[in-house]
Amino acid sequence: MNSFAEFLAMGGYGFYVWTSYGIGFVVLLLNILIPIYQRKQLLRELALKQKRAK
Amino acid sequence: MSAFFAVIRRDLILAFRRRAEIANPLFFFILVVTLFPLGVGANPKLLQTMAPGIIWVSALLAVMLSLDSLFRSDFDDGSLEQMLLSPHPLTVLVMGKIIAHWLVTGLPLLVVAPLLAIFLGLPEQALGTLLITLVLATPVLSLIGAIGVSLTVGLRRGGMIISLLVLPLYVPVLIFASNAVEMAGNGLAVDAQLNILTAIFFMSAVLAPLPAAAALRMSVN
Amino acid sequence: MSIIPAPIVRFYHKTASPPYFYNLSNKLMPWLSCIFLMLLGYGLYSGLYLAPTDYQQGDSYRIIYLHVPAAWMSLFIYVLMAVAGAISLIWRMKIADVVLISSAPIGASFTFIALVTGSLWGKPMWGAWWVWDARLTSELILLFLYLGVISLYGAIEDKRTASKAVAILALVGVVNIPIIHYSVQWWNTLHQGPTVSKMGKPSIHIDMLIPLLVMAVAFKFYYAIAMLQAAKVEILRREQNTQWVKKLLEQKQ
Repeated sequence: MNSFAEFLAMGGYGFYVWTSYGIGFVVLLLNILIPIYQRKQLLRELALKQKRAK
Repeated sequence: MSAFFAVIRRDLILAFRRRAEIANPLFFFILVVTLFPLGVGANPKLLQTMAPGIIWVSALLAVMLSLDSLFRSDFDDGSLEQMLLSPHPLTVLVMGKIIAHWLVTGLPLLVVAPLLAIFLGLPEQALGTLLITLVLATPVLSLIGAIGVSLTVGLRRGGMIISLLVLPLYVPVLIFASNAVEMAGNGLAVDAQLNILTAIFFMSAVLAPLPAAAALRMSVN
Repeated sequence: MSIIPAPIVRFYHKTASPPYFYNLSNKLMPWLSCIFLMLLGYGLYSGLYLAPTDYQQGDSYRIIYLHVPAAWMSLFIYVLMAVAGAISLIWRMKIADVVLISSAPIGASFTFIALVTGSLWGKPMWGAWWVWDARLTSELILLFLYLGVISLYGAIEDKRTASKAVAILALVGVVNIPIIHYSVQWWNTLHQGPTVSKMGKPSIHIDMLIPLLVMAVAFKFYYAIAMLQAAKVEILRREQNTQWVKKLLEQKQ
């Protein structure tokens, strides 16, 4: 493996290798981002509720 | 012990009063098996190779569909709550209900299985093995199914979920039972498969009532 | 309890309290993320670049660095869920419930990744997107077990009941996993096609092994991060009417 292009080609298997890693990291990233988004949403909701209660 | 037999007797009497409950899984079983030749074509050779798998998959589905009757009516009329409050250990009562369920749904499958074997052209030498696997493995289906049903009995629409919970757990039974029938059809020894099925049978008979009882307690409260 | 040393008991009771767990996970998060990113960076660099090309499979084997650790994690997480389930049923520890249900989607994700990468690896090696190979098949059944846990939890309205149900189910599942695994393996050796052994045990070179292990450890850290993130949401949802959550909200404003 000398050049970057060769690295990307993965000896002709580039499509399979990079699709695998792509899908894998999208799924793993979603598993982190969704809870963070949900927590922010929940905190916002709870804060609103608290304000109304006062 | 007397409570155990009382549960079995009561469930059998109730089942005979509603005969449809016995007949429905049976008709379903026969119907599914008849659908296969219509779906894949009536090539006798193909059907013969597929026969063990077809019979066993259909048996699995038939037992699974009948599972709902295991606790549903008792849950609805409150007698399940009575069972929980009774001084007898719940696992024993659950075991009684499972045995009654098997007598009503598993046993009739044994009776029609030879008929279906003829439909599909299963070699005659495999017939004995088919019956033995049914005797050993249909109780396992009822036992494992009891866990799934007791987890979902509190739900109004537990039907779809139960298939998701129970079918993956049925995989070993399907593999060993249908393989034993297939091997017997080829005239090979099936001791290993039958031994494993026996082991699975005893293991599930000992273990399955425990989570089923725990899940019933949870479902009712 | 007297056999267990006092500090461990204290630690156990402390972590079992939701606010402590919430704060602890906040404190741990930067450390975990840092270690995870370092391991991931090294694992990917050495796996995709440094490790030599396989003489049989070419570069396609590099999918192994995602596929195998993901498959390991899928099993690891299910066992961990069962342990959490046992703890929650025996000691009624609230946090164990939270850990159990927060882990389920992550485990399902890893199972999904193992299946997809297995299929993407299988296409050039076997010539087909899907082959009923023993490991792929048991991975598929494991995915159904995860989906069962997730949908059962979703279907039961009362979440305390749901947690109990899921704990029982996870325990039943963990007893069955080895039986399912071996029965599928046995089934596969009987019906095995000739091409399947190509992906069988490759005599793995040490330069290929190290990235694999690094990735496996990195995924453990990833799991800790993702699980804690999901657990925080679950804790807030369950404890939304308690004093400490109200205080937390006031601090934020």
